[in-house]
Amino acid sequence: MIEVEHLTKKYGDLVAIKDLSFKVDKGKIWGFLGPNAAGKTTTMRILTGYLPATDGQARVAGFDVFEEPDKVKRLIGYLPEVVPLYPEMTVQGYLKFVAEIKGIPSAEIKKAIDRVIERVGLAPVRSRLIRNISRGYRQRVGLAQALIHDPEVLILDEPTIGLDPAQIIEIRQLIRSFKGERTIILSTHILAEVTQTCDGVVIINEGQLMASGSLDELTASLLDTDGVFLKLRQKSPEVTTLLQNLPHVSGVHEENGGWRVEWPTGYDLRDDITRLVVEKNLGLEEMRPLAMNIEDLYLKVISGGGIRK
Amino acid sequence: MRNIWAICKKEIQTYFTSPIAYVVITVFLVLVGFFFYSLIWWFNSQSLQMAQNPYYFQQLNINQMVFSPLFHNISIILLLVIPLLSMRLLAEEKKIKTEELLFTSPLSINQIILGKYSAALVVLLTMLVLTWIPVLFTFIYGNPELPPLLNGYLGLFLVGASFMAIGLFFSSVTENQIVAAMLTFGALLLFWVLNWAAYSATGFWRDVLNYLSFFQHFDDMTRGILDTSDLVYYLSVIFLGLFLTHAVIQSRRWR
Repeated sequence: MIEVEHLTKKYGDLVAIKDLSFKVDKGKIWGFLGPNAAGKTTTMRILTGYLPATDGQARVAGFDVFEEPDKVKRLIGYLPEVVPLYPEMTVQGYLKFVAEIKGIPSAEIKKAIDRVIERVGLAPVRSRLIRNISRGYRQRVGLAQALIHDPEVLILDEPTIGLDPAQIIEIRQLIRSFKGERTIILSTHILAEVTQTCDGVVIINEGQLMASGSLDELTASLLDTDGVFLKLRQKSPEVTTLLQNLPHVSGVHEENGGWRVEWPTGYDLRDDITRLVVEKNLGLEEMRPLAMNIEDLYLKVISGGGIRK
Repeated sequence: MRNIWAICKKEIQTYFTSPIAYVVITVFLVLVGFFFYSLIWWFNSQSLQMAQNPYYFQQLNINQMVFSPLFHNISIILLLVIPLLSMRLLAEEKKIKTEELLFTSPLSINQIILGKYSAALVVLLTMLVLTWIPVLFTFIYGNPELPPLLNGYLGLFLVGASFMAIGLFFSSVTENQIVAAMLTFGALLLFWVLNWAAYSATGFWRDVLNYLSFFQHFDDMTRGILDTSDLVYYLSVIFLGLFLTHAVIQSRRWR
């Protein structure tokens, strides 16, 4: 649905993004992850036709962003980082204006407004001035604005920034509810957001692609060790030796009153560990897999040069 | 066309939901009223004096003695107030980042510019139409000639529209409204008094400076002369203003 190939953008001498390539399939939600000033906003602005690229190609639903910008603009709903609101308009009036400039036929505008107001929960504030509504509602008006022309693609630049935790959860649920019907790219530097809402992730740093792929693929490829966290009633130091002596174990570390047992990916030592625990009567309290989480992934990718897929 | 209308409607709405338009129009009308009153008062006292002499009395012409100077006065007021009406047009969209919405919608730059410009012209037209209220009284108590009057109004409209186009241009170069207003004001005043420099110039340059001056072209129109070269002048200024605005928006995106 969205294909970016060798995209480069320079502001004068400053290189904002460099040779960026990635692909997002139809109906998926992809997270765009990276530290501040990594080039997330620039990439989104290029995709939405706000900025031209210096070099490279970007296609949305098969249309080239630079050659057929009007077609692409009709397909995309965009929520910029700073929500583009006119404070002196009412919520309803604003949505009507957006509907008009997005090219919705006059006869369908009222229906479109009612639909998005219902969808994002703006009914209580629909006739109030945007200036007078809360941050959370403004963000929703931003989403409503992006949804009004029923776009196939949604591009959301930090959709939950500046919201309180309850609002963040609501907005995330809303975004998740679009899964399957729309293709979504959302940028964020909140790592939890990616695991909770996204199917895949593009990680960029200093304008360069560090990694991209579905979450499972990425964790699998980055992870060369697998393991469990083990908690036993028996705390004696011999346990460490016992665990170390198991075949294929690559490392045993004591932490948090338990042990981290690691082995190379491809093996599964959980049965062996359980047998050991039962035979030696060590008293099993807890055993859980050590999945590499998104934070490990992110830090590893950002600091270690990453992988390209 | 529909897109231009959508932008235009929104701009007009913005003008009239903020106090700017009301304040500007009110101050404008108060000043016009004052000038009109003093001119009429002066015309009255002249008529009383001339009443003794039938020949001079015949020479009294309300168009020449009241409306021509009134139009000059109004044009000066326009020079002062139009920068305040034009400064917002593009600068504010940049400041509050709503231009991102406009430029990611299926609108062309021309549609955005024309929408905004036409909204500004609607406000200008409103101002000029409202000045007809005192003018109508002169038709009740006197007999002014209509064609030169309309010609003068056409001149005012063209002058105002040219000012507005230049203001729109300066609004596109900055995101600070005060800066936009100040630059517009400076440029307008400079163009206005360009013919002063013509006094000391000679030959070709004298003609050029005279031709470029707003004043020179406007003077003809207030006296009821409709010359195509004046029309061409104003339309070129408007076109140039809009064209430069387009160039600025375009280049800012490519930088």
